[in-house]
Amino acid sequence: MMAHFSYVRPRSLKEAIGHLAENGARVHAGGTDLLGCLRDQVFDVRKVVSISGLSAMRGVEQVAGGGLRIGALTTIAEISEHPLIRKHYTALAQGASEVASPQLRNQGTLGGNLCQKPRCWYYRGEFHCMRKGGDVCYAAGGENQFHCIFGSGGRCFIVHPSDTAPALSALDAQVEITGPGGLRTMPVENFHVHPEDDVLRETWLERGEIVTAVRLPAPQASLKSTYRKIRARRAWDFALAGAALALELDGDRVVDGRVVLSGAAPVPWRSLLVEDTIRGKTLDDRTIDAAADAVVKGARPLAKNKYKLPLFRGMIQEELRRIHQSAGADG
Amino acid sequence: MKKLITLTVNGKSHEVAVEPNETLTDTLRYRLGLTGTKKGCEVGDCGSCTVVMDGKPVNSCLVLAMQAAGRTIETIEGMETEKGLHPLQEAFVEKGAIQCGFCSPGMILSGKSLLEKNPNPSEAEIRGAISGNLCRCTGYQKIVEAIQSVKSE
Ligand SMILES: Cc1cc2nc3c(=O)[nH]c(=O)nc-3n(C[C@@H](O)[C@@H](O)[C@H](O)COP(=O)(O)OP(=O)(O)OC[C@H]3O[C@@H](n4cnc5c(N)ncnc54)[C@H](O)[C@@H]3O)c2cc1C
Ligand code: FES
Ligand code: FES
Repeated sequence: MMAHFSYVRPRSLKEAIGHLAENGARVHAGGTDLLGCLRDQVFDVRKVVSISGLSAMRGVEQVAGGGLRIGALTTIAEISEHPLIRKHYTALAQGASEVASPQLRNQGTLGGNLCQKPRCWYYRGEFHCMRKGGDVCYAAGGENQFHCIFGSGGRCFIVHPSDTAPALSALDAQVEITGPGGLRTMPVENFHVHPEDDVLRETWLERGEIVTAVRLPAPQASLKSTYRKIRARRAWDFALAGAALALELDGDRVVDGRVVLSGAAPVPWRSLLVEDTIRGKTLDDRTIDAAADAVVKGARPLAKNKYKLPLFRGMIQEELRRIHQSAGADG
Repeated sequence: MKKLITLTVNGKSHEVAVEPNETLTDTLRYRLGLTGTKKGCEVGDCGSCTVVMDGKPVNSCLVLAMQAAGRTIETIEGMETEKGLHPLQEAFVEKGAIQCGFCSPGMILSGKSLLEKNPNPSEAEIRGAISGNLCRCTGYQKIVEAIQSVKSE
């Protein structure tokens, strides 16, 4: 049973921002994450502010300069099926198609996907853990098979659950945020909060702020992007390990590239070490093996998630090999 | 405080008073008496609460009744016509795709939505379309066969 709250469905962004400035108010987009949190009493809300009436926030448009602007209310299903996204921003289309189940993709939105709460079972359960303002991270010494291997800051060991954020970060997307102070943008890469900076929040949104859109840079013919997700079952599941790669290729030489891991850290985890290892290199066996070493370098696995190390290694090898082969086939 | 909303369910318009924290599952079951929509996990895991909203299957346990205001809902009760069961319902019966039946309404609505979009789905497409519907009894094979048998007719 969910606790009582009031429900408003504003007609304008300004009105929505006004409601959200109140204590205990929260954005409601598709509700697929929010309702689960309310049912599990992860946090309280007094006012649910539905943004579903703000139709300007829905849909995908091409902008001047050739990039795309995806409204925050665009559903995950719409993103996974959109022809321009499938063609030019493959990693995002693949990431979206790996999210949850068909029902949840029909209802869940991109904004909600970026702002969703972690799935750690202690956080979702009755535990007053560090992320809820308590003193202890129960996962550190507990059931931590699905927790992080990077970036905990020794404080909170969640993994960020989003499958779209790593892809967006690899594609160098920007989040567009509208709030009481007007409009601001920031790279998706910087949008999520590391536990050492603040363990109580997952995004840098301030009170009253709404994610209104995501902007993708103009597509580049030389850019090849992919998203790979490994999970325990074929039906819906969160990532045990995943990676979004966006590589600028010249034949099978990597001119430059961005690699962002899922299932690895409390935020989508940019692997600068892998990027440094492959930049300027041909994707031969030596480079690929070096990239596999690099992807787990510095990892600090917990008692029950050491299995993630070979998973990340093998996945990076397979993904780079596949890119190498398809580059060979093209050229 | 309750609010009055209008829902179109299986082609019929209803005015119902709902609480802000009420889910669409509860409105359908307890206010409209449409108990074909099941309540399993209530957190989006099982798909037994699946309904078709504005043409797309969703988990009604994660939809607020207020959110469904003004929208068009189809439940399992809407599939039968004066001619009898829908061909997909017939196929579920014939192929033995129903055991306890708890997952069947959601399964059938997911299957029907797939067939409307893609009348000739592959086995992988069928399994993808029902991947948000859990079944504890059948092992899925007979469900896949039932959906497949309708496509080939
Ligand atoms: C069974 C299950 C499996 C799932 N599996 C996956 C998975 O594999 N991969 C994955 O990525 N996700 C998964 N999810 C999470 C799924 O809820 C999200 O993917 C979905 O996109 C959330 O969107 P929503 O619109 O429903 O968000 P909501 O529930 O409406 O919102 C989620 C949170 O974000 C905030 N919010 C929403 N929109 C905005 C906005 N525009 N601006 C500011 N704040 C906002 C809300 O206040 C809330 O706190 C799963 C969920 C369930 C229930
Ligand atoms: S009851 Fe809605 S998904 Fe299980
Ligand atoms: S028939 Fe029993 S759950 Fe599917």
